[in-house]
Formats: sequence, C-alpha cells, structure tokens
Amino acid sequence: MKLLIANGYLIDPTQGLNGGKNLLIEDGRVAALVAHNDGVPEGAEVFDATGLVVAPGFIDMHTHLREPGQEYKETIETGAQAAVAGGWTSVCAMPNTDPVNDNPAVTRFIIEQAERARAANVFPVGAITKNSEGVELAEMGEMRRAGVVAVSDDGRPVPSAGVMRRALEYARGFDLPVVDHCEDRSLTAGGVMHEGNWSLRLGLRGHPALAEEMDALRDIALAELTGARVHLAHVSTRGALAAVRRAKERGLNVTCEVTPHHFTLEDEAVRDYDTNTKMCPPLRSREHLEAIIEALADGTIDAIATDHAPHHADEKALEYDQAPFGITGLETAVGLAFERLVHRGVVGLERLVELCSVNPAKIFSLANRGTLRPGAHADVTILDPEHVWTFKASASKSKSRNTPFDNRTMRGAPVATIVSGRLVYRRDETAVAAASRP
Amino acid sequence: MGLASKHLLGISELTSAEIVHVLDTAETFRAISQREIKKVPTLRGRTVINLFFEASTRTRTSFELAGKRLSADTINISASTSSVTKGETLLDTARNLEAMSPDFIVIRHPSAGAPHALARICRAAVINAGDGAHEHPTQALLDAMTIRQHKGRVENLRVAIIGDILHSRVARSNMHLLTKLGAQVSLAGPGTLVPAEFEELVAGGNLRVASRIEEAIEGADVVMVLRIQRERQDAAFFPSLREYAVHYGLNLKRLSGAQPDAIVMHPGPMNRGIEIASDVADGSRSLILDQVSNGLAVRMAVLYLLAGGSVLNQNMLSQTKPETANTTADPRAGATPAVTSSNSAAEQLEPVAAGGQAGAEQKRRVKTADSN
Repeated sequence: MKLLIANGYLIDPTQGLNGGKNLLIEDGRVAALVAHNDGVPEGAEVFDATGLVVAPGFIDMHTHLREPGQEYKETIETGAQAAVAGGWTSVCAMPNTDPVNDNPAVTRFIIEQAERARAANVFPVGAITKNSEGVELAEMGEMRRAGVVAVSDDGRPVPSAGVMRRALEYARGFDLPVVDHCEDRSLTAGGVMHEGNWSLRLGLRGHPALAEEMDALRDIALAELTGARVHLAHVSTRGALAAVRRAKERGLNVTCEVTPHHFTLEDEAVRDYDTNTKMCPPLRSREHLEAIIEALADGTIDAIATDHAPHHADEKALEYDQAPFGITGLETAVGLAFERLVHRGVVGLERLVELCSVNPAKIFSLANRGTLRPGAHADVTILDPEHVWTFKASASKSKSRNTPFDNRTMRGAPVATIVSGRLVYRRDETAVAAASRP
Repeated sequence: MGLASKHLLGISELTSAEIVHVLDTAETFRAISQREIKKVPTLRGRTVINLFFEASTRTRTSFELAGKRLSADTINISASTSSVTKGETLLDTARNLEAMSPDFIVIRHPSAGAPHALARICRAAVINAGDGAHEHPTQALLDAMTIRQHKGRVENLRVAIIGDILHSRVARSNMHLLTKLGAQVSLAGPGTLVPAEFEELVAGGNLRVASRIEEAIEGADVVMVLRIQRERQDAAFFPSLREYAVHYGLNLKRLSGAQPDAIVMHPGPMNRGIEIASDVADGSRSLILDQVSNGLAVRMAVLYLLAGGSVLNQNMLSQTKPETANTTADPRAGATPAVTSSNSAAEQLEPVAAGGQAGAEQKRRVKTADSN
C-alpha cells in the first residue's frame, strides 16, 4: 500500500529539511522524499497537502489515559482518538492507573488495548516504585521488556532522595529515562493553586514555586551523582527552568517539558473558581509564564507535552478545593502552540517540530520516530498554520470535557494525522460544525 | 438604587459608593430595630434560605432575624442536618433548593468560591456569609458601620488588624473595604500567619504588613483582633496557645500604644485569654457587642438592596402615613427625587402593625414583580 503526501511543505529538522517535497509512504514506512513535480508513483493514493506543513508525527510525552481502572474518565481508545484529533501520532501513557502500571502485566494490557484502538501509538510509562508509593522499586527491567519507554511516579513524586537515588542508579542499567513530577509535598500540602497574590486574594491555599524548584534541584544533583537520564515533567517555574539551564550547561543528562496551559494561562484565570483551571503544577504567575516563554525560545525546554488529565464532569463540579487536579489537553495543545508560540514569534516551525516530535523521540529513545527519514515509521502530522478554528469541548473525542479552553478560537491547527501510513484523522470542518450545533 | 451585582459575593467587587450606600441604608434599618415593633413588610412574600455548612451563631441568627424583620420567610439549613450527610454535592443541594424558588440563598461554606459556584447556577440572589478563607462581606460592612458610628468616618483612620490573617476571610474583606474607604491598614501577627505578599492585595499603598504587633498598633484608631482559627490550621503555625497569648495577644499594655480613644473590635467568637485578654474584650473601648447589633442592620440593608431597594432617608422612618398621594415611584430608581422615592420607601418601611398598608403593599408587589 502506497500513500503520496503531495505538494506539502516538509519540515524535518533531523534531515535539515525545510521546503516543498512529496512524501512517499509504503507499507507503514517512509519510502522516499521526492520533488513536487516528480509525479505520482503507480498505485499510490494521494493526499493533497497543498498549503500545508508536513512534519514527523507529534509525540506527547505525558498523557493520562486512565485505563485500566478509571474508564469512566477515559479509555485507551478514546484517549488515542483524542490524540490523533489533536495531531499526536504517539502518546506516552502515565502509570497512575488503577492498578498502577508497576508490573509487566499492566504494561502488556495497555499495549494490547492500544493495538485494538488502532489510532495513536501508545507507549506506556512504568512506575518508579511499587504502587507509586515511593518505597520499593518497581520491576523496571521486566516492564522495559514488556514495552515501557520510561519510568515515573507522576503525581506522587518520590519523596525520599535515597529512594530516588537508587531508582536512578537502577534505571540506568536498562537505559530508562526517569521522569519526575517535581513537587516537594511538604511545601504544597493542602495547596490547590499557585501561591502568590491570587491565592491570597482568593483565600485558596497555594503551591509555592519553590516546591518545584527544590525537587528539580534535588533531581539534578542526583542525575549528576548517578549519571542517569532525568526528564523533568511539566516544568512551570522560573527557578526550575534556571536549574535545568545550568544542568545543561554542565553537560548533565537532564531534559524537560512544558505544557500548553502553562505557557498560555496565568494564575489570575482561577479568579472565578472555575475548577477547569485547577491542575498540578498549578497555573503560575506572569513571571513564571515569561520564564517559560524565554526557555522555549532559548532551547532550555526540550518538549511540549499535554499532561492530558481527563476527569468526569461530576468530579470537577465540586468546590474548588475539593475538585481533582487536571485538565484535558490533547486536542488543544497544537492550536495553543501556534497561537502563543509560533504566531507570536517565540519559536519557528522547525523548533515547534523539535519540541513536539524530534526531541520527545530522542528523550524516550523511540527508534525511527520523530523523523521522516526513509525507513522511519510513517507517523506524520499535517498542519495548517493559518487555519482559524474554535475548539468545542462538546465535540471532543475525549470522554471528558474538563478544559479551560472550551470555545477558544485559535489560528493554526493539526488537519490530518497519519499513523504507520494510515490516515487516522482528518479535520472535517463541516462535521465539526454540525457536531457543535446546539 | 440597588447594587450593581445581583449577588453579594465579596467586598472586592463593590465600589466605594456602593459600600457607603449599604452603610447608609443600614443606619436606617438600625433605627427600625430600636422601635417597639421591629418588623416591616418590605420583603413580604420573599423567601430567604440560610444554607450553612459551617458552625455559626452570630451570622446565621443575624441573617435569620434580618429576613424576619423584613417579613421574608426564612429557612435555615445546616450541613449536619441536610442531605450533604448523605453525600449530596453542593451544586445538587443548590439545584434542589432552587427548584423551590427562593429569592435569596445565604451561604456559608468552608470552601472558598462556593458562593460563586452557586451564583453561576441560581436565579436567586446569592449572599456570601463566609467562604473558606476568602471573604465575609457582611462582617466587613458591619465593622465599617461600627467604626463610622464611633469615629464619624473611615477615611484616614489607622486600623490595625492583628492575628491569624492568613486564614481569615474577615481580614480579607476588611482589607478591601477599609482601603476602598481610604483607611490606612496595618496587619500584624506571627510570620507564619501574615505573609508579606498581603501588601499587594490592594493597590494604592494603604495596606502594609508590620513586622511587629506593637508597630501595627502604634497610633491606631481602631484595633481589630482576629480569632485563632484552629479548625483551618492543619499544621502548627505557632508553637503553643500560651506562647501566642504572650507574644501576639491583645492586652491592655499593648493597647496603650494605640490612640487614647482607640476602639477595639473582634468578629467573634473570641478565644478569651488567647488573642484577646478579657479586660480588653470587656473594657470600655470594646465594641464587640455593637458589632453584633450592627450586623443585623447591615444584613437587613443587604437583603433590601439586593431585592432592588431604593435610597432611604429619615422620612422613611416616619410611622405616620405620608401626606402626598404620589406613591408610584419605582423604589429601585436611584435618581428619583427624594420626595417621591421617600414616599414609596416609607410605605415599605411602615411597621406591619401600623395597618392600612394593603394598597401600598399591592403596589410594591406589582413594582417588584420584575425584579428577579
């Protein structure tokens, strides 16, 4: 089976490509990159990408798919559908399911469910410690063999520096990156938003920025001690970013990601107590948002990840301090990246592709992904930087609707998603419009 | 003139003119509470639901009496006797109450923002009677009323607020209100309970965090003492109550640093011997019981104004029938000349026992039929 993505504008930083090319896909792999006027190979279907950007498939390093255990929030199938609708060809599933993905049986279950869903690729992330309790190491070697690409106790960060040190030393033996959600819980206890002017004003307990910075500093020191690969998830503070910048200058194996909501919204968004502004780490104040923008521009930040965290409407319809942390993000991330980063000149298209595809593939060692070199998996994200559209939560492919971006109009959108050579999503404006009509 | 918002969620949303208007209106209602017959028909036919998810003596009683003295039907629901104990969510409780068409829901809740969530889904006017550590607007209004009565003004007064500022909704509402009316506010207490960032809460530099309690009290015209909220502190913010009393409690010696005619206030309930010494609490400068009396007047004024009340003046307190026959003025029209508006409002404030009000009552109902 052949597919020609014709007349598009190809951006692939791994090949220094930034210009008009046709992309030929054969049997789920990239077969060739040829000139626009090279003609259609015999038997090939054609996807006309005139006026569109063709990029290596986007990889979300940080997704909560909720299955097994919380299928009322999301399933692997609905999450994978939401992913491809948002331009992500691959997602990395965080282990805080029920049961926790701390053993190869759960890992294999996730992979099998994902194969059945036939949408995005799903790469499971295993737990660092058993049941993510921060005490005993989980079976990293066995999970690695079953298919995990990294380990993390996301949401329940390992509190003990001693356990974290052992985890890093042990993970190094399997070449597994260790992903940490940096939060010193002794500083954030009871907190529900960023600690600052707005938390004082609203009478809500705060998470001080320092809680993230201190844990980041600990992890970086441990990365230096152990030589392990450390990836800091959803970094949101100036201090943690400065720590990552210094670590990189010293050549440590430390990388980090940021989420679209942290580069788009400030803590002031909490002012009406909308629980769809509640997530962890919380929306920060302007100085932190500005630091994120700077770090995206100067290369300190390696990746954009969604931290897609679906919750049922009933769970979010509680008092602000009672509602769970987290918002969905798969379908809004790329639009927000265009709006806040590309169209405002923070990053160019090449850098956007690095942040969403090339670097995630490198950090999690996803072979033959994050590139359109011949022989690579034919995972392709097709973008229209000028497309103006309005996100409707009611039309989301996710099971959940917990987003602060409902009804937001954005310029720039993923318009088609190809996974292993198969067109799994195509934006159809008439269908979207019909679905969102009351 | 009513208030710009249909709800009273906090002081931060009010303008200084609206605050003064509530205080002026409350003065009028205070006079009613001093009459032999303390009931007026103003809110007859209206329903007030007091929805209390936290313990309260003063505020709940005060709202209940305020509603009753305005002839509204008042109902009290407390969390311990409601379906909340069966697992019903706040919003479901609110939707069910809303289905019975109340005109006002007065809510106290341990979570900041709970009244805002209600206001989004309710047709009734929502009054915040204290939400977590966020705001307690009627407390700040009654505090301001008390200050005005004793100092004649709020502007340019020096007010010290001392104690557990971090967990205090009373402090937050007072910071907004007092600075909006031009007072200079100093905060003081243990460093764990008084973050320096409070200074940024209001613009204009009229709010500062003092490093020591004596510094905040120095030269103060008003000293407000806050309760130690042990129920909101899940960790130790200070070593012991004994130490707190010695270092941060208001006693006569500390009070001597204030102006000689300084007044002392406390929102209650007091922890005697901890944040306030009994000789201060019961002393001649203490206005703690005046605060309670004023609370009733303020809550009557808030209910009245949210129902669309008009400007009041002294004529309205007359118990005799007004002489002019022009009683058609819309009580909500703030710009209406005083003579006509006072007539209609006077009818509203006629004591129930004065009789002969059927016609005026009828008009009032017609006039307010569109106000929800």
